Amino acid sequence: MQQTRSVEIGTGLFVLLGMSALFFLTTQTTGGDTFSASDTFQVEARFENVGSLKSRAPVSMSGVTIGRVTSVAFDPDTLDAKVTFVIDAKYNKIPDDSDASILTSGLLGSQYIGLQAGGSDTYLEDGSEVYFTQSAIVLENLIGKFLVSSSSGDDE
Amino acid sequence: MLRRRENWLKALDGSSENLIEIRDLMYSRGSRVIFKDMNLTIKRGEVTALMGPSGTGKTTLLRLITRQLVPQHGVICVDGVDISSLNQAGLYEMRKRFGMLFQNGALLTDYNVFENVAFPLREHTSLSNRLIRHVVLTKLHAVGLRGAADMWPSQLSGGMARRVALARAMVMDPEILIYDEPFVGLDPISMGVIVRLVRRMNDALGITSIIVSHDVAEVSTVADCSYLISDGKVAASGSPDELHAANSELVRQFMHGMADGPVAFHFEAPDYAEQLLGRDAE
Amino acid sequence: MNALIRDIYNSTHEFVRTFGAFQLFFLRLIRHSPRMIVRRPGLIVKQIYNAGALSMVIIMVCGLFVGGVLGLQGYANLSRFNAEDSVGTVVALALIKELGPVITALLFAGRAGTALSSEIGLMKATDQLAAMEMMAVNPVRRVLVPRFLGGVIAMPFLVAVFTCIGLFGAHLVSIDLLSVDVGAFWQQMQLSVSMDDIREGIIKSFVFGVVASLLAVWEGYNAMPTAEGVGRATTRTVVISAIAVLILDFMITAVML
Repeated sequence: MQQTRSVEIGTGLFVLLGMSALFFLTTQTTGGDTFSASDTFQVEARFENVGSLKSRAPVSMSGVTIGRVTSVAFDPDTLDAKVTFVIDAKYNKIPDDSDASILTSGLLGSQYIGLQAGGSDTYLEDGSEVYFTQSAIVLENLIGKFLVSSSSGDDE
Repeated sequence: MLRRRENWLKALDGSSENLIEIRDLMYSRGSRVIFKDMNLTIKRGEVTALMGPSGTGKTTLLRLITRQLVPQHGVICVDGVDISSLNQAGLYEMRKRFGMLFQNGALLTDYNVFENVAFPLREHTSLSNRLIRHVVLTKLHAVGLRGAADMWPSQLSGGMARRVALARAMVMDPEILIYDEPFVGLDPISMGVIVRLVRRMNDALGITSIIVSHDVAEVSTVADCSYLISDGKVAASGSPDELHAANSELVRQFMHGMADGPVAFHFEAPDYAEQLLGRDAE
Repeated sequence: MNALIRDIYNSTHEFVRTFGAFQLFFLRLIRHSPRMIVRRPGLIVKQIYNAGALSMVIIMVCGLFVGGVLGLQGYANLSRFNAEDSVGTVVALALIKELGPVITALLFAGRAGTALSSEIGLMKATDQLAAMEMMAVNPVRRVLVPRFLGGVIAMPFLVAVFTCIGLFGAHLVSIDLLSVDVGAFWQQMQLSVSMDDIREGIIKSFVFGVVASLLAVWEGYNAMPTAEGVGRATTRTVVISAIAVLILDFMITAVML
């Protein structure tokens, strides 16, 4: 009987340790999943260029994650990218003239949507669209422009 | 010869006196034929011995009877049921009527003596711990090892391990007890103990015993009927006295332990002189 | 020439036959599993203990040093690009996606797998399996299934522990020894490790657990019942498990990319 007990204790400790290790990995090494509201509303926005924005990317306001991108799709009629994202329902006082831009965390980090508050009295709600958008900054284009302007400067 | 004919006739009328009947058995492993046209009958309530020189497949025969192996041809009936017709569940039901003592005991090394004997009970019944304890201690007492209940298989001597295995084989009260080489490698005292146990179990509990052995002396003291197996066939059968008195060359050689005879001392080999002179090397 | 073709044919035939038998064996284990889980959980717990709890020490020691060496290498190479802050990312991704599952599986095959196959092989060699068979107890169900399930259940936990200890080792080396900024270490890691990476790691650990346990049980069960046969089965367990794990790792990674 003593032997069975020590087996049981050993197994219990082992499984507990394994589970806490799994828990540690899922919560402490990942940052992408801090947003987990169950009650959300859906908003969309159109961008000329979304860069490398992916679904599940965070939507943040003043640096706080308030939502998540659910889909990124190309619209063949308007020839631009339609981004759909959900926002936690408790943030229901976001002015509907706020503007959305695609930003990069750090120099080479992943991309996310940053919302900048506007001044309107009406608020974003389920199905509304953010009209003021700013596309992702594509590094190659930036470097290209820089090269063109510096070379044209040389000519003069 | 006459006696064999009698056995034959009895078997054919299917009297319930015969518990196990083997008819026209053929079994081969690879290209080696181990049994061919073998016929054998084991009677209810008797101690039957299967004897024979080593390598004649006595253990194989046991495995065939318990369907751990399946013959290529022939019928093996246990209590009137052809065992090759059984499915897995039916086979396991049949096996519950068997108890088998393996050559070295085959005790489960990760359980102690008590749990080894309790193993079939725990697997097949939902008896309370108290009842299991009761049954196990009774069986261990019967083999004289009640005091060793807390020991581990690795601590047991060969004879003790075999007695524990015997207790385990009996714990489900089988109808047929099979002993595979129960006397090999035992000192005379342990041997005497096992011989007595075999006889006592058989008579007291009314079970049928099958012993595979080549220890002529011990077998003679316990067996009611012996079969001498050689060359894949039953070479002779009868009570120990009858076998002793038989005048067949092979039986005499085996029963009296003569080095040379029908079973040659020399394994098949090229001519001695020729091989030594190296003529076959060319 | 004819003989050569016949040899190739024979060995291919034998390989296909063995492979098929292996699949059927796997199905047999799966078929008996639910019943054992419901009826005899105690047996499985004991095997989780054998495969998991008893492998803990080796897993932790190896994890610590693998993590430490990743920290050292990561630092040394990333500092060429002034990117020491990414050490956390590199170590975490390497451990979670690849090294954690793979090295744990290799250690598991060496520690628990060999123990399993030699135990089963010896049970076979000493007629214990045949004795069970004669006691109307199915040895596949009674002996093999709990051992297989124990290994499968233990593996993901072992991988998680290995990975965590590895991160701890890298933390120790890069922050306490090489003075990388602790905030940068964790923040960079959290920004780039996603739930998908962890999912990949868990899937791999599960698959490797199934394969390593299955191979160990299979080799033990099919060992020649002699001392030499058991020894050979043990060796084969390690070798085949290692090959299978590495090939599967490549395949899973390719599919999940």
